[in-house]
Amino acid sequence: MKARERAAGAVANYLDERTGAAKWMKKTLTKVFPDHWSFMLGEIVLYSFIILLLSGTFLTFWFDPSMREVEYEGSYEPLEGVHMSAAYASTLHISFDVRGGLLMRQIHHWAALIFLAAMVAHLLRVFFTGAFRKPREMNWIIGVGLLTLGIVEGFLGYSLPDDLLSGTGIRIAEAIMQAIPVVGSYLSYFVFGGAFPGELFIPRIYTAHVLLIPGIFLALITAHLMLVWYQKHTQYPGPGRTEKNVVGYPLLPVYMAKAGGFFFIVFGFTAFLGAVAQINPIWVYGPYTPAQIGAGSQPDWYMGWLDGLVRMSPPIETHALGYTISWNILIPGLIIPGILFTLMALYPFIESWMTGDKREHHLLDRPRNNPNRTAIGAMALTFVLVTLINGGNDLLAVHFDLSINQIMWFSRIGVFVLPPIAFVVTKRICLALQRADREMVLHGKEMGRLVMLPHGEFIEVHEPLSPQKAYQLTSHEQLPALAAPETDERGVALPKGIRQRMKARWSRAASEQVAKPTVEELKEIEHH
Amino acid sequence: MARLSRYREHRFFRPVLLALGLFLAGALFTAGKAAAESMESKALVISADKATLIKEGKEIFARGCSSCHGLNAEGAGAAPSLIGVGSASVDFQVGTGRMPMADMSQQAVRKPPVYDEYETAALAEYVASLAPGPKALTNEEIAWERDGNAASGGTLFRNNCAMCHNLAGQGGALTQGKYAPTLMGVEPRHIYEAMITGPQAMPVFGDKVITPAEKLDIIKWIKEVESEPSLGGATLGRVGPVTEGLLAWTLGLGALIGVAVWLTSKAR
Repeated sequence: MKARERAAGAVANYLDERTGAAKWMKKTLTKVFPDHWSFMLGEIVLYSFIILLLSGTFLTFWFDPSMREVEYEGSYEPLEGVHMSAAYASTLHISFDVRGGLLMRQIHHWAALIFLAAMVAHLLRVFFTGAFRKPREMNWIIGVGLLTLGIVEGFLGYSLPDDLLSGTGIRIAEAIMQAIPVVGSYLSYFVFGGAFPGELFIPRIYTAHVLLIPGIFLALITAHLMLVWYQKHTQYPGPGRTEKNVVGYPLLPVYMAKAGGFFFIVFGFTAFLGAVAQINPIWVYGPYTPAQIGAGSQPDWYMGWLDGLVRMSPPIETHALGYTISWNILIPGLIIPGILFTLMALYPFIESWMTGDKREHHLLDRPRNNPNRTAIGAMALTFVLVTLINGGNDLLAVHFDLSINQIMWFSRIGVFVLPPIAFVVTKRICLALQRADREMVLHGKEMGRLVMLPHGEFIEVHEPLSPQKAYQLTSHEQLPALAAPETDERGVALPKGIRQRMKARWSRAASEQVAKPTVEELKEIEHH
Repeated sequence: MARLSRYREHRFFRPVLLALGLFLAGALFTAGKAAAESMESKALVISADKATLIKEGKEIFARGCSSCHGLNAEGAGAAPSLIGVGSASVDFQVGTGRMPMADMSQQAVRKPPVYDEYETAALAEYVASLAPGPKALTNEEIAWERDGNAASGGTLFRNNCAMCHNLAGQGGALTQGKYAPTLMGVEPRHIYEAMITGPQAMPVFGDKVITPAEKLDIIKWIKEVESEPSLGGATLGRVGPVTEGLLAWTLGLGALIGVAVWLTSKAR
């Protein structure tokens, strides 16, 4: 043994004798994780969160979360002498007079956008591969909670600089609050400590943005990761991969190196964006005053779909018993998002109830092998995309020479018509892909090579699939539709409730599949 | 030199030299012609007396404008009467290329002007001679650089202009395909004239609403925003979070997913 190794061993032994870490470390560091690019989307979220914590801490050193009125005396000349809040002035100070301040602000904002984009991409991966199924329903719900919190946290951060653009966003948030029947106006007075804008909301938002929500975030992320650790990571189906094992690389050294390297790449790339792409130039927008507004005021993208919903809603209000109910804000601003997020959180339970599948799943679905779920996802995505597009309707109108009214009507109709179309089209595409898989397994890969046989016949040469590939294409299970029992065990006819009928219908739709090739079919082909 | 002369033997030497020569000659001619024409046209405006200007303006009007605006500028159908709109309106509409209109769409589009400075001045004089109206200005008459105050201009801009023209003056949508155009790269005198004449969907900002001094403040602020170096990197069009979100999803997440694919690909 070399001296160096002896020394390392001595240190390790010293620590083990005092902490008993060796046993735990051995188990932990050799834990296996499966390898796939789509499993790293969640890592991008985690690393962006760390970047947000670091850059955010830097910003707190100079940010003054106060609505005290000050006269600007910093180095940005076009605002010289303008009256503004201390929050806005200190953001200008960070941008122009603190070394590296603008870079840090931009890194923070870009990291926030990527944080939420990666979170949505991660959610889509989990949804379309069925990774939310038992036993991971709880983690799905934690994830939905994290997404909701992320949107709120992003919105609050965007509002802190107290510039004219973000102040407009706060004003809309106030309007949505006030749209809640009966308690709305009281709630708004409670939040703003009086009439809008008051002097309190920046300090309050600040506490929530830097302390409360990041705290909840940390707790939820820890729970999220601990559950991943405990339940083990899901994996894509393949030879040697079962519901009972995990095929991949050990945490140390492979995953440690990959994940550690990836963190620095994400950090570096975010810093690169912060250095070359201007984001939220608040100095051009000017300080917030409730009397002013700018054309093309938009929220960040993760709120854009909400803005789009509000923009497309027709102006409907009712007055009754001395109360005004603004349906045009209430429905798109609260009711629809509430329904959407509730459905999203409950989806694992809905699916398992409808399909009657209560088993544990650790192998993922290929999206095409569950056409119904994939189509539902495509439908939801289309809905959000239409609303998101309508959120930018004014910019689309100006830059593509369109009429804003036409875009609005397109969205109003499209938001009802396009999602069902997306459902049907996606389902058909999935079934077509299944058919292609079936063909591939039965007849092999088309090689595009034509051969003339001695008697003059032309045939195309097909290359048979490798056993591994064939296994991958056929290992999924195809559940038959639930047979709805018509009588109970004593032979008494069961009532046909709407729930039973819904369940039967869903289960029939979910079981619509292209039958995968059987062993007999394959043997028959081989005889030819 | 010895190195350079080696290229003379190359078979592309002569064609490339010829192309370069032709290009240079063409570029010089075009630049010279444009400069000469603009100087000539300016000199003509200064030297011409009012009566000739009006006479020539009337001729140009009859040829280029009367088919829509009527032989005596009385207006017809879609085209409004021009009696009393003043020379400022003509200088703005013709000087920014909006008139003559490219087509009868929702709004006249800014494009390279059809008439040169002399012809525009003649048209303006002619229209001004029909009835009194707001007077056209020259860039020299508007001392925005000396008298303007950008900070006050910014506040005025946010109070009066930003709701249509966007917080950074990049333009914005109005109803039914109409729009408030971008204010970047507009001649100061055209900005001033737009405020006093209220072209298309724009309201008139008379001297009692925004004083002449305040108008200079606004112009100064617009020009400062326009000439501001893009602080913190490429500006992404300065239209707010929409382009930022687009970049975050495409280049941002796209590149990171690319890295993830690379990191998880099997070694070959």
